[in-house]
Amino acid sequence: MSATKPVGILRNINAKIAAIPMVLTTLVVFVGGTIWTVVYSFTSSGLLPKLQFVGLAQYRRLWSAEIWNMAIHNLFFFGLMSMVFTISIGFLLAVLMDQKIRFEDTFRTIMLYPFALSFIVTGLVWQWILDPMKGIQQVVRDLGFPNFTFDPLHDPQTVLYGLLIAGLWQGTGFTMCLMLAGLRTIDDDIWKAVRVDGIPRWKTYLFVVVPMMRPVFITTLVLVAAGIIKLYDLVMAQTQGNPGNASQMPAMYVYKYMFQAQNLGQGFAASTMMLLSVLIVLIPWAYLEFGGKKRG
Amino acid sequence: MKTLKIAALLATVALPSASFATDLEVTHWWTSGGEAAAVAELAKAFDASGDHWVDGAIAGGGDTARPVMISRITGGDPMGATQFNHGQQALELVQAGLMLDITDVAEANHWKDVVNPVSLLDGCTIDGKVYCAPLNIHSPEWLWLNNKVFEDAGLPVPKDWNEFVADAPKIEAAGKIPLALGRQPWQSNLAFGALTIGVGGLDLWKKINVSKDMDAAAGPDMAKVFQAAADARKLAAKSTVQDWNQATNMVITGEAAGQIMGDWAQGEFAVAGKVAGKDYTCLPGLGINAYISTGGDAFYFPKLADKDKEAAQKRLAALLLSPAVQVAFNLKKGSLPVRGDIDMSAANDCMKKGLEILKSGNIVPSGDQVWSPDVQTQLGDLQGQFWSTDMSPEDAQKRYVEILKSGL
Repeated sequence: MSATKPVGILRNINAKIAAIPMVLTTLVVFVGGTIWTVVYSFTSSGLLPKLQFVGLAQYRRLWSAEIWNMAIHNLFFFGLMSMVFTISIGFLLAVLMDQKIRFEDTFRTIMLYPFALSFIVTGLVWQWILDPMKGIQQVVRDLGFPNFTFDPLHDPQTVLYGLLIAGLWQGTGFTMCLMLAGLRTIDDDIWKAVRVDGIPRWKTYLFVVVPMMRPVFITTLVLVAAGIIKLYDLVMAQTQGNPGNASQMPAMYVYKYMFQAQNLGQGFAASTMMLLSVLIVLIPWAYLEFGGKKRG
Repeated sequence: MKTLKIAALLATVALPSASFATDLEVTHWWTSGGEAAAVAELAKAFDASGDHWVDGAIAGGGDTARPVMISRITGGDPMGATQFNHGQQALELVQAGLMLDITDVAEANHWKDVVNPVSLLDGCTIDGKVYCAPLNIHSPEWLWLNNKVFEDAGLPVPKDWNEFVADAPKIEAAGKIPLALGRQPWQSNLAFGALTIGVGGLDLWKKINVSKDMDAAAGPDMAKVFQAAADARKLAAKSTVQDWNQATNMVITGEAAGQIMGDWAQGEFAVAGKVAGKDYTCLPGLGINAYISTGGDAFYFPKLADKDKEAAQKRLAALLLSPAVQVAFNLKKGSLPVRGDIDMSAANDCMKKGLEILKSGNIVPSGDQVWSPDVQTQLGDLQGQFWSTDMSPEDAQKRYVEILKSGL
């Protein structure tokens, strides 16, 4: 097949034409919008965007704002805890599911149900459950323990744990499914081989299966991490950043300053910082996933 | 038979549009019981005048509603009229030329002579042109007390903030929460503003907020206010509710002794069937300095291409300030009217106290009038944190000054 092979831009012309709308959308909406936001984060835009450059002033104010620093701190704490727990609990559940149990489908569905709910619903439900007047505390008190106190959402020290409970309840089912899919890709021959060698099951999981599931773990990690950085609706529904900013999150800062405070420049600066942090998570992952394949 | 049906259908469709009525969508964030009743008065009056009020209520309070309104105006989908608070919330929209100039309405109806205090009209005036119709006055500096809680504890009902603080230990000993406070930042900011006028006094308030004297903001008088706020937050430590009306409800049910809240709280007392002076007591200016600030609501009219609608917008603007509408609306809303020449004899005890202060001229501009939304949001964040944590008054004052400086 031969000399008439089309070259360069003409090759596969139909597919290229078909891709134009998508390429344009990506360039204009995603890349264009991002660049626009970054550019305007260097201006003193108030309610309306205007090109009045103020250098790094917005960033300087951002990083000297205590509430932003608290938000970052909260995000790190919440993110770390939720990553460790969703992945370890999710993996543990997946292993339990993988024991050729009966009604596996039913259990899987039940576990995945919370994930089908929106964060708003999850947040509100857990706000009620944790409310001292009508939730767990009241139930236990009614059972005959009048001094029982469990009120994590109204104490700045514990509010993040209250959020964490709701986040885990929602997210673990999903990680479990990813992990279960990963476990199913492990070849049966491996299991036969370790059985022949007489290695205990827990050791097999920890030292053979986990390393083999590396891609699944990395994908889960990135999905969970990206979800955490843009965390907004759960906190909005559950605590609205209270008490006293103790559960403030970066995405809430962005919204608050863009729209309530009518200070777009400040909001843009904050969202640019969020974009940076997403990139810090995504770039190493993309490198590992896609760069690795080319070599292999 | 068939033609008859079609004719009937045509008649029902065509009739409403054949009248002169112009539809005007009005957006606002008045959704609680008393508020909705007040809005209904406006709609009734507007419909009666021959136009049609299309209600665009946005639930969730001003902080939620304003972003929606602003994005609709800037995004090219403007409504016929929209609520904002007195102050700078719509300033940039006016500067960008997105709002209708209603100077002719203001002049034809002599707003300059009837609007009291005249500062409200000044707030609507930018470069000599009038852009909004002031509707009502709300003041946040009120202390609300449940009389029965004090009687049960064997105490006379306090006459001012200092007596209230002195009584607090006994209230606490009786198993009640002395001060109810919702945990949203704006409520802490409101309480702090009330303490500034009550404890710090009017001169201090004006020096900082009107003359923007930063030395006064960092000075010892202000330090006293922060100390008072630090004491007050101890009284509110056990109050864990979020919304202001939940906190008011704690006072109504006697779970808490008092609350610092704006005069809109009396709507909740009224709905609960409580009588001012008998079941509950209201102390403007916390009972120390009987001053009230003139916050409240104004209506702005986004520029529309349709000339008919523009005429309807101007008719609505004139209607909002007409004496009958002012009386009907403000009685339902529990707010004070923007004109001093109308008969408010149907007002209750607390409203009468407010009217008297207004008449005597003991008024100050509201925070929204002297600071930008940016500064107000930052102050809310600071106070929200200060009232819910054990941040020291000195640290809080330092940050307070920094925030004010960012708005100079």
